[in-house]
Amino acid sequence: MSEVLLSAKGLRLAFGGVKAADGIDLDVLDGEFLAIIGPNGAGKTTFINMTTGYLKPQGGEIHFAGERILGLSPRAIVRRGIARSFQLPQLFTEHTVLENAAMAVAAREGFFSALKPLLRPAWREEAMDLLARFGLTAIAGTRADALNEGARKLADIAMAVALRPRLLLMDEPTSGVAASEKMEIVERLATVLRDARVTAVFVEHDMEVVGRFADRVAVWSQGRIAALGQPERILNDPDVRREVIGIETGGRHAAA
Amino acid sequence: MNSRTEAFLAALLALAVLAAASTTPWLVFVLTLALAKGIAVLGILLLLRAGQVSFGHALFVAFSAYTVAFLAPKLGDATLLLPIGALFAGVLGLLVGLFVVRYREIFFGMLNLALSMVFYSLLEKLYTITKGTDGIRVPAATFLGRTLDRHGYEWALLLTALALAILCAVFARFYLASPMGQALSGIKTREARLEFMGVSARRVLLSAYVISAVMAGMSGALIAMTSRHVTPHLGYWTASGELVFIAILGGAGGVIGPFLGAIVFELVRVYAAASFADAWQLILGVVLLLVILFARGGLWGMVLKLCGRRA
Repeated sequence: MSEVLLSAKGLRLAFGGVKAADGIDLDVLDGEFLAIIGPNGAGKTTFINMTTGYLKPQGGEIHFAGERILGLSPRAIVRRGIARSFQLPQLFTEHTVLENAAMAVAAREGFFSALKPLLRPAWREEAMDLLARFGLTAIAGTRADALNEGARKLADIAMAVALRPRLLLMDEPTSGVAASEKMEIVERLATVLRDARVTAVFVEHDMEVVGRFADRVAVWSQGRIAALGQPERILNDPDVRREVIGIETGGRHAAA
Repeated sequence: MNSRTEAFLAALLALAVLAAASTTPWLVFVLTLALAKGIAVLGILLLLRAGQVSFGHALFVAFSAYTVAFLAPKLGDATLLLPIGALFAGVLGLLVGLFVVRYREIFFGMLNLALSMVFYSLLEKLYTITKGTDGIRVPAATFLGRTLDRHGYEWALLLTALALAILCAVFARFYLASPMGQALSGIKTREARLEFMGVSARRVLLSAYVISAVMAGMSGALIAMTSRHVTPHLGYWTASGELVFIAILGGAGGVIGPFLGAIVFELVRVYAAASFADAWQLILGVVLLLVILFARGGLWGMVLKLCGRRA
């Protein structure tokens, strides 16, 4: 776990007068789980949007596995091995969970086949296997618009994992998830990602989750990275506690 | 609905068409037109799956019909005219599609409408080529080199239309179950997700658009050969609206819906026109209103309910 997988240098992007990225330098190491924390509006999601090609930075560079990906379309970036999940799960609401997963498998395997069914045996099997790993087998036949928030989040992430990315960017994977099921979901997620050897960057507000699952933590503040390091150090840093954790959670879950 | 029940119902509908045509000879013409329109509506249905309504698909019907009218004196055989009409419509569909699939919803609908009206105007104004509103007479086509008498010609066209309808319906059913077809409703519900899975939503929609244009082309070729007279009215916006009307009437939930809708539409039109003269449009309007208010799944949705399953 030392090779740099994603490298961002000097990323800048402003919306009007608001600097959402003001010189972001960040190296994501192959195999690590990197948590991004920080107050709302600090530019955490903007970083994900720039990395996935949804927003174009006004300055800076992004390299992935040695290749420059700045300026590529979201589609081209996905094909290079960066997948994302969403703060608000982006599921195909008229489809079942199984069909959603199968769509993602299809997207990876070759979408433009007009006569073979989406739920062909091989893809159905892979989709069911994926759902099993996420603990979603029981709701495979449920339509996506009928799920609770926790299941929608997991299904959303499962679709991203089905693309077999090298890097997965997750925007608040546990927001909106009931506190009682949060740890279980993250535990399961971490297992799946480690098994699949996926490097993960996740935006997270729950410091207990961060403390338990992140290898490193990056603290975002006003479009800059205010601190970066091991969770024990960062989460116990008085400045971070006051500036970020205090504001965000009122001091709950201050450290792992 | 499982495929066996659907195939059974389709066979039932096909037999009903044949039975009606053999007992009531003047219905042969009406039912051929109905099946032809049903094929075009099937194309509309594909786009409806993506949440997109084209108010201009009569463009492809008319383009193909005029292609057949121009080529019929030279290539008089139906087995040549039909595929050529469909192919030309498909090529036009690709050109138009490259442009319109960049837009969604009202813009998609209106752009289609606008382009179809441009073509309509050309048909109407370029008198030296198109004979304007007088239209062009289409000579009777031969079938595999054989010249048929009037009765045989009408039946040959009806059977061709029926065969094509079945072929297109079976194809559409496979298509809709494929990733490409399933992604159409993905465009409706979560287009951004497709892009973030590495799939081009535009290409998905373009494929469906070209297929719908080819289907409209088959429809236009059949209509030209059946009515043996093409006029710019084939491409007028009301003709496009009629296709959407039939799609709603028949129901977008299954591939039989368009044909059920088209047959009912044509029969209501013929009988209402005969019995109530100028009031038939009023009757059709009321029928559509009732469908929208009480049977959102259209006639096909009603059939599904009768079969005891949810639409």
